Amino acid sequence: MTAVLVEPSPRSLRRSLVAGSGSRRRAAVLLVLPLLVFLLALFVLPIGYLLWNAVDEAPVAGGLSRTVQALRGWDGRSQPADAVFDALALDLREAEADDSVQRIGARLNFEVAGLRRILRRTAAAAAGEGPATPRILAADPVWRSPQIWAAIRDVGAVPTMVNLLAALDLKRSPTGEIAAVAPDYRVNAPLFLRTLWIGLLVTLLCLALGYPVAYLIANVAPRTAGILLLMVVVPLWTSLLVRTAAWMALLQRNGVINDALVGLGLLDDGDRLALIFNARATVIAMTHILLPFMILPLYSVMRTIPPVYMRAAESLGASRALAYRRVYVPQVAPGIVSGCLLVFIMSLGYYITPALLGGEGGQMISNMIAYHVRESLNWGLASALGALLLAGVLVLYFVYVRAVGADRIRVGG
Amino acid sequence: MALLPDHAGPAQRLLHAGFLAYCGLVFAFLILPLVVIVPLSFNAEPYFTLSRGMLTLDPAAFSLRWYEDFFGSAVWRSAAVNSLIVATVSTLLATVLGTLAALGLSRPQMPCRQAVTALLISPLIVPLIIAGAGMYFVFARLGLVGTFAGLVLSHTVLGAPFVLITVTATLSKFDTTLVNAAAISGAGPVTILRRVTLPIIAPGVVSGAIFAFGSSLDEIVVTLFIGSGETQTVPRQMWVGLREQLSPTILAVATLLIALSVLLLACVGLLRRLGRGRTPA
Repeated sequence: MTAVLVEPSPRSLRRSLVAGSGSRRRAAVLLVLPLLVFLLALFVLPIGYLLWNAVDEAPVAGGLSRTVQALRGWDGRSQPADAVFDALALDLREAEADDSVQRIGARLNFEVAGLRRILRRTAAAAAGEGPATPRILAADPVWRSPQIWAAIRDVGAVPTMVNLLAALDLKRSPTGEIAAVAPDYRVNAPLFLRTLWIGLLVTLLCLALGYPVAYLIANVAPRTAGILLLMVVVPLWTSLLVRTAAWMALLQRNGVINDALVGLGLLDDGDRLALIFNARATVIAMTHILLPFMILPLYSVMRTIPPVYMRAAESLGASRALAYRRVYVPQVAPGIVSGCLLVFIMSLGYYITPALLGGEGGQMISNMIAYHVRESLNWGLASALGALLLAGVLVLYFVYVRAVGADRIRVGG
Repeated sequence: MALLPDHAGPAQRLLHAGFLAYCGLVFAFLILPLVVIVPLSFNAEPYFTLSRGMLTLDPAAFSLRWYEDFFGSAVWRSAAVNSLIVATVSTLLATVLGTLAALGLSRPQMPCRQAVTALLISPLIVPLIIAGAGMYFVFARLGLVGTFAGLVLSHTVLGAPFVLITVTATLSKFDTTLVNAAAISGAGPVTILRRVTLPIIAPGVVSGAIFAFGSSLDEIVVTLFIGSGETQTVPRQMWVGLREQLSPTILAVATLLIALSVLLLACVGLLRRLGRGRTPA
């Protein structure tokens, strides 16, 4: 490198010293800014949009705004006043004109089955002349029941709580009390519980499998440690889909494990084990996939623990077991905390593995979110489920950053 | 520290043997599922299992038909091309953005460093399903769903934190007196960046780029939402295959991907060694 040595003139030196701290700060911010803006626009904003989606059902809130407004004073028990019917007729006439009846009906249909059809029929009747109430009641007598009005009132509110309540299997009655839905309809709360349960199980399994291995790697000769670490990092680097596909090949009815058991005569060909498409398959494959994320933080902490402490404890008369428990384990604790938090946080959002291996019983909350985004098209509920999942993960991430420090996160070991 | 002291008694030796056996089983659990895929991909039969012929090493039981299937299929070929295009472009973007941000964050004058760092690496923490759904809602409004631009942008979001982390790690060992020396010698900020800082942190930048490249090649969750049949990538095609017609072609693809990841890993290992050589401890 050819450096040209330039004598700085005293004037420019003083100027640069004065300007120094402010402009350096600005320079630092300017360097970070492109990525910050990029992520704010394409990551933070979309997630904010998703959260907003959970509490704003725009088609109903916008399309039936007069009705929602008119329902403000309604007691939730009786048939609403004529003014409400007038407002509905007016809203529906406008909705018919700009073709939004279908969208409004589709959203309300999630609350009261059949409302899509009822709304379309009512919209046709709303176009007529004269007082609205008899015409609407003639179009469908169901408008006498408070249920349907309560649905419009609750979904149309901004912010609406309908989705967040539904994400927890709760529902507001027409008169306003919040209660759990009938046991047969409870799907989301049990799924959240199962997600937590699978996450906990996977975390504990990873700890049980990963701790001894990390200890071994941290305490063997560097050359051996390198080879053993490779056996941890290669799976980590391998595509998630490849690892999931591997488990599909292993666990299938006609897969490697069943074939081996039959081939060895341990199992009759007739009663092959149902290893795949259940919660157990999800747990096994997730443990395999997340295990490196437990081993690596444990290893990086164990590597730094000087062996002299253990020797000192033993030479002072502690048994090996006691020295281990009282001297070694407390020093590994930060690694245990960070490994467990990392694995638990990552496990909560698992989608691909449960979708491919889990069958009915091994699905997690992410699968339900994907279902509502892509199939049922109930985006509000999908967003509410996502908001709850995100809240849980962010709380844990905050704890993680507090415990470990965000700038200490490493990739790839 | 030696694992087993020389004066260990028989009970301790037994315990130690049990410990080693346990670790051996865990390593088998980690590695065997991947190892099993490789012979399965050479199966002459369309099954996901080791045939009797394969176990007796009968050459007739092995074949390359699933690899021929992969390379001969227009669907897989175009998926591979799409994957490479998306991964290359998004890696370039992620590397530039991530490296600049790491340079900024490493400066002591950077305000709110902890909070900004936490925000910038949050794409690694936020469940992909939430990122995918959120991007799907917004990208759908912008007309980006099913386009290459949409895929590139979303993969850049997910890849940039990798670059940020690896470059930050390299910069933490960076000797700032070198920058001061260059400044005293009259170099401007751009010259310092180009001639001093970048050459020294290059291994970190390149390994970050490899991480971003690998993460893009493997990205499936967000790609399921943002991608489409026309912009089909390899993981998305694998997903379709694993859900619908389960064929050993998938295992051939999987074997190729394992080989690729070992290759990328070797590159990162090499770079790490290089990086160590470049920065005086």
